[in-house]
Amino acid sequence: MTAPRTLYDKLWDAHVVHQEANGTALLYIDRHLVHEVTSPQAFEGLKLSGRKLWQAKTILATPDHNVPTTARAAGIVDPVSRTQVETLDANCAELGLNEFRMSDSRQGIVHVIGPEQGFTLPGTTLVCGDSHTSTHGAFGALAFGIGTSEVEHVLATQCLWQTKSQAMLVKVDGDLPAGVTAKDVALAIIGKIGTAGGTGYALEFGGSAIRTLSMEGRMTLCNMAIEAGARAGMVAADEKTIAYVEGRPQAPKGADWEQAVAYWRTLHSDEGAAFAAVVELAAAEIRPQVTWGTSPEMVLSVEDKVPNPADAPNAVKQADWERALAYMGLAAGTPINEIAIDKAFIGSCTNSRIEDLREAAVVARWAVSQGRRVAATVKLAMVVPGSGLVKAQAEAEGLDRDFIAAGFEWRDPGCSMCLAMNADRLEPGERCASTSNRNFEGRQGQGGRTHLVSPAMAAAAAVFGHFVDIREVLQ
Amino acid sequence: MNPFNTLHGLVAPLDRANVDTDAIIPKQFLKSIKRSGFGPNAFDEWRYLDRGEPGVDCADRPLNPDFVLNQARYQGASVLLARENFGCGSSREHAPWALEDYGFRAIIAPSYADIFFNNCFKNGVLPIVLPAEVVDRLFKETEASEGYRLTIDLAAQTVTTPTHEVISFEVDGERKHRLLHGLDDIALTLKFTNEIKAYEARRKAEASWLFA
Repeated sequence: MTAPRTLYDKLWDAHVVHQEANGTALLYIDRHLVHEVTSPQAFEGLKLSGRKLWQAKTILATPDHNVPTTARAAGIVDPVSRTQVETLDANCAELGLNEFRMSDSRQGIVHVIGPEQGFTLPGTTLVCGDSHTSTHGAFGALAFGIGTSEVEHVLATQCLWQTKSQAMLVKVDGDLPAGVTAKDVALAIIGKIGTAGGTGYALEFGGSAIRTLSMEGRMTLCNMAIEAGARAGMVAADEKTIAYVEGRPQAPKGADWEQAVAYWRTLHSDEGAAFAAVVELAAAEIRPQVTWGTSPEMVLSVEDKVPNPADAPNAVKQADWERALAYMGLAAGTPINEIAIDKAFIGSCTNSRIEDLREAAVVARWAVSQGRRVAATVKLAMVVPGSGLVKAQAEAEGLDRDFIAAGFEWRDPGCSMCLAMNADRLEPGERCASTSNRNFEGRQGQGGRTHLVSPAMAAAAAVFGHFVDIREVLQ
Repeated sequence: MNPFNTLHGLVAPLDRANVDTDAIIPKQFLKSIKRSGFGPNAFDEWRYLDRGEPGVDCADRPLNPDFVLNQARYQGASVLLARENFGCGSSREHAPWALEDYGFRAIIAPSYADIFFNNCFKNGVLPIVLPAEVVDRLFKETEASEGYRLTIDLAAQTVTTPTHEVISFEVDGERKHRLLHGLDDIALTLKFTNEIKAYEARRKAEASWLFA
């Protein structure tokens, strides 16, 4: 009998090529997503050293960070952004890599297109030069972000040197209240354990509330594992996972499919497996979350008030909170639902999948039914689908018309204002209700003020001009 | 990669927790397809009063007099003293590239984000972990004494203060070895080519769906 293993143990054990005595292991990488920002120096390094690409078939590439979300046919106006995308195109063409170029209907954010194409599979190791690679752990995969040196390392060797993390179980049991989403769960977890709470750990999300989540919801949750400090987050594979993958373009077929599914059904932590740490949350107690500061851990429920730095647990945090309030232009004691916004952004690798857009569209339809639309005080409310295929699906369902009728802009797919590498950004002092993942200073544009929320909460804030409790809107 | 042996360097204190890689190097500079030249834009939004754009000569830009690295006493610093969870957020290796290009060869903090910590070792930058109370004391000593320098010896795994106090630190043996000798990771890994190929052959036999 082997000892009970965690899901992380199983994924790790299956990929060890070589084990050093000091605990470091050479780990095999099955899948590698590549985008334009963190790859040019890696391709250049490979070329300069005269090394060969190990295996082209394991790679899927697309430009996402720099691409415009309007007037795409005209190309990229910013010459520096354009050069970066053209460099990706040239590198992929030279090495014979599968790339969805900007004009391809399948182009999108790497973390949306990987699952969509069946490129992301349960039981695999998957890396990308992007911290939100943790997203793919939703499939019962070991997925984590790497730097550019490691991108080059994977291109050249198909492997990475890794030290095994400890496993942490984040258990969420019970039923989520109506209007409370995977995004709220993710923010509530980060609020509880802090942005460094998961450092050095691989997180596994479990419990009945997680089992109930859709694959989209699980991706949102795993996406934010890195905001809790964990490079990898994961959810056990189940019938939902298998149903999602089946029939996708790069999913296994025929006898391969049967063999894969039989294996995937073993991708869960064994009864009695030991975790180094366990964190528990009651789903019923989670309320719609809104960040108030400049770190994802600075988060409260929409019913709360902006905190007072005098109440911070220690001196370092007190200074942090004071700086955050000054940057955010907020006074302690302000009710969250009285904070007015200038812009709303619905998109990013966290919340740009079809389910996210459906949830936001419910609010848009409600607004139109009430004779309302995006508030006059809101300068811009934009919806940026995660991929060309998500966009097409949303249009087939009529969601684009719901958004446009309510005064939202309907854009082309990409990372957009999550990090503002393209033309979509906040101006200094502008305040945004955003479905993205980071509220760092300047993240959405220098001087911009970001409040992280769920898609429905962002849509509702756009309609009311300030944060509102989505549970009241939905009643 | 530049090897790291010993360093006797001026210390600059960045007294903030959770400094993220967006702050270390803002996104607009990530459009570069090069590995070098990020130093002038390290901490761009804190360091300058105007909005930084790629391709602009930073020598002509207005400096923020309130930002600690702009103080005359910290010019030429090569050791960055920082607080907990340094380097959190984005995986961008441009962050250690920017710090290294600025002149920092070592960082001392109570803790780091994992990806950033790993990226430092790939670029000849030594991230040292010391207990929070020791870091706190180094902050006080640095701020109290202009020209405060620390001597870092990677082989001995020690930080020595101007008063000859010797503080030991831990570092992973393999990372230490590679940093001391400036070794190329890929060349080392390619020595395992036969093992990698054997692994692939085994996986193809037992899980052909992975290679379909």
